[in-house]
Amino acid sequence: MYAGASRDCSKGDAVATALLEINGLTKRFGGVVAADAITLDIPAGEFHAVIGPNGAGKTTLVGLLAGEILAQGGAIRFDGSDITRLPVYRRSRLGLARSFQITSLFSDFTALDNVALAVQAHRGHSFRFWQDARREQELRKPAQVALERVGLAARAGARVDRLSHGERRQLEIAMALAASPRLLLLDEPMAGMGPEESAHMVEMLRQLKGGVTILLIEHDMETVFALANRITVLVYGRVIACGEPAVIRDDPAVRQAYLGEKQDRGHG
Amino acid sequence: MTASLDPSLEAAPKSLVTVRSAFTAVLLAFLALLPLYVALTGNAFVLTLFTRIVIMAIGAVSLNLIMGYGGMVSFGHAAYLGIGGYAVGILAKEGVDSGFAQWPVAVAASALYAVVVGALSLRTRGVYFIMITLAFAQMIYYVAIGLDRYGGDDGLTIYRRSQFGGLIDLSNKTLFYYLCLVLLIASIYMVSRLINSRFGLTIRGSRSNDRRMRAIGFPTFRYRLVCFVIAGALCGLAGALLANHTNFISPALMHWTRSGDLIVMVVLGGLGSLFGPLIGTVAFLLLEEALSRVTEYANLILGPVLLLVAIYVRGGIEGLLEGRRSGYRAP
Amino acid sequence: MLYFFEQTLNGVQLGMLLFLLASGLTLVFGIMDLVNLAHGSLYMLGAYFAATFAALTGSFVAAIVLALAASLVLGMVLEIVAIRPLYGRDHLDHVLGTFGLLLFFNELVRVIWGPAGMTLALPPQMLTAVQIIPGVYYPIYRLVIILATLAVAALLYLVVMRTRLGMLIRAGASNREMVGALGINIKLLYTLVFGLGAALAGFAGVMQAPILTVQIGMGENILILAFVVIIIGGIGSIRGAFVAAIIVGLIDTIGRAFLPDLLHQALSNDAAQTLGPSLSSMSIYMLMAAILVFRPEGLFPAATR
Repeated sequence: MYAGASRDCSKGDAVATALLEINGLTKRFGGVVAADAITLDIPAGEFHAVIGPNGAGKTTLVGLLAGEILAQGGAIRFDGSDITRLPVYRRSRLGLARSFQITSLFSDFTALDNVALAVQAHRGHSFRFWQDARREQELRKPAQVALERVGLAARAGARVDRLSHGERRQLEIAMALAASPRLLLLDEPMAGMGPEESAHMVEMLRQLKGGVTILLIEHDMETVFALANRITVLVYGRVIACGEPAVIRDDPAVRQAYLGEKQDRGHG
Repeated sequence: MTASLDPSLEAAPKSLVTVRSAFTAVLLAFLALLPLYVALTGNAFVLTLFTRIVIMAIGAVSLNLIMGYGGMVSFGHAAYLGIGGYAVGILAKEGVDSGFAQWPVAVAASALYAVVVGALSLRTRGVYFIMITLAFAQMIYYVAIGLDRYGGDDGLTIYRRSQFGGLIDLSNKTLFYYLCLVLLIASIYMVSRLINSRFGLTIRGSRSNDRRMRAIGFPTFRYRLVCFVIAGALCGLAGALLANHTNFISPALMHWTRSGDLIVMVVLGGLGSLFGPLIGTVAFLLLEEALSRVTEYANLILGPVLLLVAIYVRGGIEGLLEGRRSGYRAP
Repeated sequence: MLYFFEQTLNGVQLGMLLFLLASGLTLVFGIMDLVNLAHGSLYMLGAYFAATFAALTGSFVAAIVLALAASLVLGMVLEIVAIRPLYGRDHLDHVLGTFGLLLFFNELVRVIWGPAGMTLALPPQMLTAVQIIPGVYYPIYRLVIILATLAVAALLYLVVMRTRLGMLIRAGASNREMVGALGINIKLLYTLVFGLGAALAGFAGVMQAPILTVQIGMGENILILAFVVIIIGGIGSIRGAFVAAIIVGLIDTIGRAFLPDLLHQALSNDAAQTLGPSLSSMSIYMLMAAILVFRPEGLFPAATR
């Protein structure tokens, strides 16, 4: 049982200001400390993964970063500005896009409609009352491109409730990508996927790596160790280890945290 | 490459002539030709009845905008009928006869009230929202009852219909009917443009998944509020028309059961469809009229009918026409 | 001053009445997630039952007991016949369906009892006024209402907090599927809860019958007040309903009693005359609006599911 304080995962005196700086982030639910002074920096372009056993507070962290949960202590800075108290939609506008662990789409619209909405949100000017938005190439083209990026182009015209689970997970990513985000916050994108779909997703993430900063919350260890530049390990809301994959793999605290838990969820 | 970039636009409707569109076309033709029928048969009552139906349909169209497309179930929509009506009535009583003054005031007052109610209510959802809109409607109902100067509980007679100079004489029943019909068609057209615009997609997206809308960057509250105000303003216009039609306005028009009637009209016709509100209004008011002739106790039948509709016919009449049995049609 | 005290008691009495209605509504909503617009009809029928049984039996007490029983039975039958198909549906379906029931019941009452309404006479002992504090007299019957409702509230608290049924109710409120999965007869539970809500509403109607005229449509006005109570108190919270009911009862009663006079002092005669009645009836809605601005989830929000 890791008893120390939350480890400081900032890069200390790194050369450039990180894209995302999390400082002492804390959140309590009743008696449970879901986030315990989490400190973590993510420089631009990094592929950063957050792992941890069940109940580690990963979901809370996502909620705090996205803005659905308000922190009780600590601060979050994105690209230099303090976003700790910003509402969800403002963070999204700043370039912090997220995907949902439990698929959350517009089920009565087509895949292309879904992504086009994300594009529209980014473009603004939604107080337009007359023109048919479905014919606006300014919205449809980037949406099509995003769908191609995740490999869903062929299903653009299909209604979401006709898509397979894997396709919906892909759509989740496409929607996050549609607004050309600075930071992609991916919440267990491979949840519930079969082996083929997972492999496809991993390939897609590999292609995204380096182009956009990614903060990945995942259970799938193979993926995490294969893709991440650095990994943060959360246990009971605290950062117990943070560093490059090789370092994490050998970290005794990490091994202890996972003792008794499944080390590799495998392919779902 | 000549194929369209947008596959969703390629999914053309299976057939242009469906049962539903045929039915709608027939209904519209009927409404357009009605005065002819009245002139031929001398049955003035039918004209009166259908003028009322057309006016209430405008109210239903406005409610469908927020309810069917926006997912905001407002149980206080009849308040706008009252506000619009009282705007006309109060101005008339104070000597302002001109429709050019009365009608804009009716619309503006309704819009203003909608801003206040919407700002307070739209932060809530679901049942809360229903109850709150209900409470605010009741509030304005009591305000109207307290207006002794303007009739209070007994209501206010409007001796002269809104005057429009030489443009149109509203006391001509046929002209007035056509004006209402034109305004109805215009409203439906306006809604059709609205729901496919950027604004409309925002509203519909918010109904579908508000959480996701915010996550992708939409400040959904302000769009829903604007939609709420548009609906209120449109219904205020209907109220002004209604006051002219009956030459009378009373608080009873704003009683919450009238709001319930509006909801029934919208649901009966089929939520979230363009002509559904019209179909539903026709069906409901005709049913009401027919029942009241057959029996003194119309609600003994109407009540259970509503219950059965709620249980079995979720898509409304439009749904029946489409052969749909469950679920609301995708907008 | 004495008048103020009397109005305060009247406000508490109204609050008790609203609590009975609101608690029934909030129970049904909390457990079955059902909006019931016909709840006011159950209140109305309770009153009609009481008046009818009183006329038949000549005994006030018998009338109360029989009316309560009838309300309970009616509630359970209604649940089985009309309410069950609505569970799990969109709230709009609930609104539509129960609105239909409301119209039906108003008409049914007209058919059975006629449009004129009824009265229920109190036994002579109840009509006297008692001296509560020196110089202040208050009708004994209104005191009975306050005390009886407090007793019911206490009973309700005991049932919900200390009995097995209450535990099921609380469990069902926070996790419906789980309770079903545990093998509890959910259907029966729902029927009982709905019946309980109906009995509470009927009890309120019975208590009010001697004070007001028993008439068609009496349920609607009070129902909306009950909604306001729930909004202020917080959906799903009985404690919230209690506190909010007292507040609403007090504000409405005292507002109606004193606001016109205050306005007369503050404004011109004409303005006060025009605005007075409207403003005093608006007072609780203003309170509701204020709560919505500062604390939209209500004063005592129950834990969200």
